[in-house]
Amino acid sequence: MDEADPIRLPELRVEGDRVTLCGDWTLRSLQPGLRRMRRQLDRVVQIPHWDLTAVGRLDNFGAQLLWRHWRERPPADLQAPDSIGRAIERVAALGAARPATRRRSLLAPVEALGEIGLGLVRHLIDFVALLGQLLIDLGYLSVRPGLWPLREISANIYKTGVKAMPVTALVGFLIGVVLSYLSALQLKAFGADIFIVNILGLGIIRELGPVLVSVLVAGRSGSAMTAQLGVMRVTEEIDALATMGISRHVRLVLPKVIALFVAMPLLVLWASAVAILGGMVSAYVQLDIGFLFFLQALPQAVPLPNLYIAIGKGAVFGMMIALVACHFGLRVKPNTESLSANTTASVVSAITMVILVDAVFAIATRGIGVPI
Amino acid sequence: MSVPVIQLEGIVTRFGHAVVHDGIDLTIPAGEVVSLVGGSGSGKTTLLREIVGLLTPTRGTVRLFGEDLHAGSRAAQARRRRRFGMLFQQGALFSAFNVFENVAFPLRELHGLSEREVRDAVMLKLALVELQPEHALLMPAELSGGMVKRVALARALALEPELLLLDEPTAGLDPDRSAAFVHLIQELQHQLGLTVVLVTHDLDTLAALSSRVAVLAEKRILVCDTLEHIMTIDHPFIERFFRSERSQRALARGMETA
Ligand SMILES: Nc1ncnc2c1ncn2[C@@H]1O[C@H](COP(=O)(O)OP(=O)(O)OP(=O)(O)O)[C@@H](O)[C@H]1O
Ligand SMILES: [Mg+2]
Repeated sequence: MDEADPIRLPELRVEGDRVTLCGDWTLRSLQPGLRRMRRQLDRVVQIPHWDLTAVGRLDNFGAQLLWRHWRERPPADLQAPDSIGRAIERVAALGAARPATRRRSLLAPVEALGEIGLGLVRHLIDFVALLGQLLIDLGYLSVRPGLWPLREISANIYKTGVKAMPVTALVGFLIGVVLSYLSALQLKAFGADIFIVNILGLGIIRELGPVLVSVLVAGRSGSAMTAQLGVMRVTEEIDALATMGISRHVRLVLPKVIALFVAMPLLVLWASAVAILGGMVSAYVQLDIGFLFFLQALPQAVPLPNLYIAIGKGAVFGMMIALVACHFGLRVKPNTESLSANTTASVVSAITMVILVDAVFAIATRGIGVPI
Repeated sequence: MSVPVIQLEGIVTRFGHAVVHDGIDLTIPAGEVVSLVGGSGSGKTTLLREIVGLLTPTRGTVRLFGEDLHAGSRAAQARRRRRFGMLFQQGALFSAFNVFENVAFPLRELHGLSEREVRDAVMLKLALVELQPEHALLMPAELSGGMVKRVALARALALEPELLLLDEPTAGLDPDRSAAFVHLIQELQHQLGLTVVLVTHDLDTLAALSSRVAVLAEKRILVCDTLEHIMTIDHPFIERFFRSERSQRALARGMETA
């Protein structure tokens, strides 16, 4: 050990029916050779005379080590200076407590199963309650237009919409290029080059655009919303809001839902446009289809209703992502574990929901906007 | 003879343009209980954070147990860090662990203690701060403010440190518990030669515990001396802090328990 660290290593000597301890009996001095010391102690059995007068320091850990060895009864003859005697007395007085243990019953697995079922039901109830509360708040705000949280809405549109533009553009562009490249390889083989416009147009505008942006936004903004609400929960900021008489639904949830309701369709249009640009570049390189020709063929290949469907999907998905994010955010219990679990659950649920609802959309709109 | 536990030399701290400390020198020998007092926002917490290395001062050196906090190998640094315990102003309990696991955490990190040893050590620490065994399974969010403080103190004591840094340990405790805290620190100090630095506004505690008082005002340590001596100094802060009628009464109460 270094000079600034003057440890006297603990020692234990047995002479006849007498045990002598010396050195420091502290956690720090015992810890390096703890196993050896335990073994040494184990070999000492039924010796009535203990001499602790040469012990330098004895902390709670050392005292407990001895106390356990003595089977929680002082030896018949214990010689110790005052301060060390007191340490042992304290351990003797306080050391008997056991932590309370949770009861384990045989029905635990059944209980766990029931918990899962009830948990799902509770999720559903909470989600419906959140929706209902938002509707009530919307009704209330419609008669008191001065109370609309406009600044929050605008800030959220900026955060979730404007700031998401670069990443959605990048991903959209690359997907467009890849899709176009792969399709071009096949189409060339059949001499059906011109259908690249239909494939890209329909695929991107109707399906890929909305779903792609939803996944990105759920990962980007959905997680941020859950984490924000969750941390406000952990730090009791939500309680502070409540005591000021400010509704967390109006101030925190509604702006997020409205912001994504507005921003998502715009993001979908933006990302789809960039993706088609990527597709056009690739089509030009691979199939020698000019930009102008592509753009002229697009309206015929993709009728206008597809655009409406895309916008509708964007709005619905956006609202859903925000609702799911807020739902999980408000469920966070004030600890970090719950925060991380809920953030994960928020993103996973949002993406799953989006894909489910997308399937519903596909069925509901199967007769609309698809040229035969 | 022995090296001072804490040595601060020429500590300057700046946050942006705001100067918090402007040349702090402070030496705390082993076995002392030093109270750090100063107005709210005078930089007491910041100074504690610099002592334990959570914050690097803009200028100046901090030595703990005679060495730079960042000197030596990783293992040596870890060993040095285990020699002190810190009680944070807000408790800083691990919110995902229950009370028992919070106190057990540093012990488990030593690797090599048996489950039984950990359990006994934790329960003893909890008993020392007067928490009941049934509190052991509560989560930090389920504790009262004073209980958070006590669990945090138990955790700071977990590794039987030689140096305790306490940021407002008695804020949020009832007078009875404050007295018990004073008693506990006195005992540990007497028995293990503990060095304690505590930030406090609680004059009872201050008078009962401190062997010296360090006054942080005007961005530096105005004086670090016994309470009796400080009471004789003429300075507006000391006047307000120690010599108001209320303060006098509290100090007198504290002296009795000392
Ligand atoms: N991370 C930081 N960034 C900027 N300024 C800070 C930071 N931490 C502290 N400060 C400033 O430094 C000053 C001292 O803060 P500190 O928390 O040390 O005060 P304190 O003496 O502990 O006060 P109190 O008694 O109220 O706890 C304050 O003015 C604070 O605003
Ligand atoms: Mg402070």
